[in-house]
Amino acid sequence: MEGILNAGDTSWVLISTILVLLMSIPGIAFFYGGLAKKKNVLNTMFLTLIAFSIVTIIWIAFGYELGFGNSISGFIGYPTSIMLHDVGINSITGTIPTYVYIAFQLTFAGLTAALISGAIVGRMKFSAWIVFVVLWTIGVYIPITHWVWGGGWLMNMGVIDFAGGTVVEICSGLSALALAFIIGRRKDRSLLPHNLGYTVLGAGFLWFGWLGFNGGSALTAGGLAASALLVSNLGAAVGLLTWVCIDIWREGKPTVLGAISGAISALVAMTPAAGFVNADGAVIIGFFAAILSYIAISYIKPKFDYDDALDVFGIHGVSGIWGTIATGIFAVVAVGGVSGLIEGNANQLLIQLIATVSTMAYAFVITLIIGKFIDWTIGLRVSEKEEIEGLDTHIHEESGYRL
Amino acid sequence: MKKIVAIIRQEKLEDVKNALVEVGCQGMNLAEVKGKGRQRGLKEYYRGHNYCIEFLPKTKLEIVVNDNQVEEVVDAIIKSGRTGEIGDGKIFISNIEEVIRIRTGERGEKAV
Repeated sequence: MEGILNAGDTSWVLISTILVLLMSIPGIAFFYGGLAKKKNVLNTMFLTLIAFSIVTIIWIAFGYELGFGNSISGFIGYPTSIMLHDVGINSITGTIPTYVYIAFQLTFAGLTAALISGAIVGRMKFSAWIVFVVLWTIGVYIPITHWVWGGGWLMNMGVIDFAGGTVVEICSGLSALALAFIIGRRKDRSLLPHNLGYTVLGAGFLWFGWLGFNGGSALTAGGLAASALLVSNLGAAVGLLTWVCIDIWREGKPTVLGAISGAISALVAMTPAAGFVNADGAVIIGFFAAILSYIAISYIKPKFDYDDALDVFGIHGVSGIWGTIATGIFAVVAVGGVSGLIEGNANQLLIQLIATVSTMAYAFVITLIIGKFIDWTIGLRVSEKEEIEGLDTHIHEESGYRL
Repeated sequence: MKKIVAIIRQEKLEDVKNALVEVGCQGMNLAEVKGKGRQRGLKEYYRGHNYCIEFLPKTKLEIVVNDNQVEEVVDAIIKSGRTGEIGDGKIFISNIEEVIRIRTGERGEKAV
């Protein structure tokens, strides 16, 4: 794409890039760190830090070009150079420098990899995590990005995914589920957050950053960005209050973890929809996101007995699936130029369903293969002694607290 | 000489300490401990799942007193530490064979 550079658009996407970085570091680090056990707080935070760093290097080296380069049969792009040598400082994508677009996309890739760590906290080898992030980014994230945003087959089919309902949310959620199946259950499966204050702080950073995640995905500083930002915030507020109401109904008391879980699940569901739905759609999407994620965590997880430690599948996977489908239902032409089912375009819903199912299947199966491969070669899981005594002291020889 | 170990509510520490000072008991040690009694602990609820937190944080006070002070000290702890609700704690009394003040080398009741 060639166009005329717009300084306003560039500024907004640069700021959004930094906002999305804030979602990973410190957002996910605090969000997951607080939910983990005291003996694993540093390891849990470290999984995010290292994932973001590894993805950064892959993305600059060849990842961006694999994802957004000229398509090979709609499946993946092919890189024409390494280290962005063929992208000049004056290259333009839309109305912003290509470098800004690359950086913005980089933060999405880093965030998505970091999200998966929530499923395996407290029991995965650090070396295995490093290998996993490399293989998963190349084998899962980049192809799906290409399908949806980089000129691949789903994009050509007409899928609408504003900020990553498929690419980020379904992809991380199903990958987390696959990895949780392979690595097995923790010895002590209780979810007793060691510092819920951290988790609230992390959720705050996530919410804050999400406005850049969804708002920035407009790639312009205008009405669409503002609309995406407003409806995302509205959806989050509805999701928070919905989960609080469920908590009161089920247990008689509102919980803070429930409240932020509701907000995050709604933000997840708003991710694909942000630039395509109006406020009415946002309310319905946020409301059902909280309900569906609550059902997934409270009923589906115990029934199938998988140990997705911090509920990456329950929140990102399930609400990501809902959001991607809901985008095909509630999209209005007045916002994003695409009609959904409520405006009579059933075909869009069909496309969204195809994108949902194909992303689910691809992310799950390829992650299973990658996980199995790592398990057979260097091993996925720490020793029983390390798991029981904590990964901070055993893997890093550090303690989160010395009080 | 007796050692009085009192497991009390954390929030009652200040009241108990003041009551002990009032009855002339100056020296005491305390530790933050976790324990359980007959009660089943606290219920906590995270993302749709209930957890019973059996071991609750308590404060353990250790006081060594002369035999004639025991009843007075025990009364002071009971009065200042009681709420009447479950979980008020317990007092244990045991014999002390010898007390030595390290600074002076004094022994017995003079060192208490």
